[in-house]
Amino acid sequence: MSSKPEITGNEPAPRLNRAAIAKRAARDLVDGSTVNLGIGIPAMCADFLPDGVELLYHAENGILGFKELSAPGEGDPNLMDAGGKFPKLVPGMAFFDSVESFSLIRGGHIDVTVLGALQVSRSGDLANWVVPKRGIGSIGGAMDLAANAKKVVIAMEHNAHGDIAKIVEECTFPLTAPGCVDEIITDIAVIEIDRENGLMVLREVAPGWTFDDVQARTEARLEAADKIDQMA
Amino acid sequence: MQLYSAKTLRSVCDARPKDRTIRLVVPINKISNSFSEAVADIPSGASIMIGGFGGAGGQPTRLMLALRDLGIGDLTIIGNVAGISKTTGYGWPDDLDPIDQGMFFESGQATKITCSFPVPGTTNPLSEIEKAWREGNAEVDIVPQGTLIERIRAAGAGIPAFYTPTGVGTSVAEGKEHRDFDGRTHLLEHALTADFALIRAQKADTRGNLQYIGTSRAFNPAMATAARTTIVEVDEIVGIGGIDSERVGTLSTYVDRIVQRETGDYLP
Repeated sequence: MSSKPEITGNEPAPRLNRAAIAKRAARDLVDGSTVNLGIGIPAMCADFLPDGVELLYHAENGILGFKELSAPGEGDPNLMDAGGKFPKLVPGMAFFDSVESFSLIRGGHIDVTVLGALQVSRSGDLANWVVPKRGIGSIGGAMDLAANAKKVVIAMEHNAHGDIAKIVEECTFPLTAPGCVDEIITDIAVIEIDRENGLMVLREVAPGWTFDDVQARTEARLEAADKIDQMA
Repeated sequence: MQLYSAKTLRSVCDARPKDRTIRLVVPINKISNSFSEAVADIPSGASIMIGGFGGAGGQPTRLMLALRDLGIGDLTIIGNVAGISKTTGYGWPDDLDPIDQGMFFESGQATKITCSFPVPGTTNPLSEIEKAWREGNAEVDIVPQGTLIERIRAAGAGIPAFYTPTGVGTSVAEGKEHRDFDGRTHLLEHALTADFALIRAQKADTRGNLQYIGTSRAFNPAMATAARTTIVEVDEIVGIGGIDSERVGTLSTYVDRIVQRETGDYLP
């Protein structure tokens, strides 16, 4: 297990809730891009798209162009997304099989994937499919997405069980893909990964938090951006 | 199974009123009378692909139940999101008890599964596959989904192996040949075939052409090409011409047996 960061005293300010993490992640999604959202916080991004931004959502099971993931359809089993939910049928939607779906992914046609993580390392390694203690996990489409999407964004809670670091120097959990993560958005920070130089750059902090507060809850060494903004 | 049914012959002739020539390649009767008949010759020790994605849509649920009732054992299952619906409701309408591939582990009939998603995030309650795995009764081979479907596609397309960038630098890459193309490392992955494929489509014509609906395609079309015997569960069997030629999702050549569900079956 990764080491616990030294945290002294109470939290400096409340952390963002899951919806707020999703909202911040959604802000970076560019109009017209083809996007795959993982389950959990990533899927919630669909609820918070800025006005005027329209995305082509891809689901591994074979849909391109569906609407808000959280707006449920009629429960038709033949109209399912990869999270097992039932979206609405909308004009322009396309259905296809898994060969096509993973050609889209492996071929580098997905602009952005937003995924959850168990651990992310300073060099952008991602571990998100199995907890070693359990010994069995599910890869699903995660390895294909992480290795092949043009941009990989992680949206997650900064720490596990309150204080265990998930942003680490080196992943101790089995990897999903090495050197793949571009950006991490958490309940206390936005971190950009400069993979070429193996640097994690802290760009934003939650309201009431400082660089030192975030570093104290992060095992990996962080660099401060020239100007650290407040997450909004 | 190659019986020449008068019914099939008639429908072929009806579709071609000006041509009464009966071509022997066409009137092979692929239609089974029941789900139990369709799976009756599957032996113990068989490897069986089960189509769909995971969830009710595209899953050959009636064929799976018939296979379970056949009572054979030592099965190898090849699936995708394999056994998570029963404990999580994944991909099933709220008002039904979910059925998934975990049934073959609950019954002790399967000893191995190759799939991309064997277990849900939660262990409370434990899924049937995880239970069997923990007790040492099941081997679980976890394959990245894109690699899994491409291995199946390759088997049907006469490609023995291929290189993929997915899985490099992970436990999936252990023991596999690595090769660089254009400065990027790839893994050699091999085609994956099976003795039988159980798949699901919306419609079949009497020749065996299949039409799918919505997101029910998933692993079905590729599995239909990859197994030595392909058995299809459909909602409806139509005559030749009953599927628009532009909408054929699986070619009849790949299909060996077709079974039609009862009208109004409560299972999706």
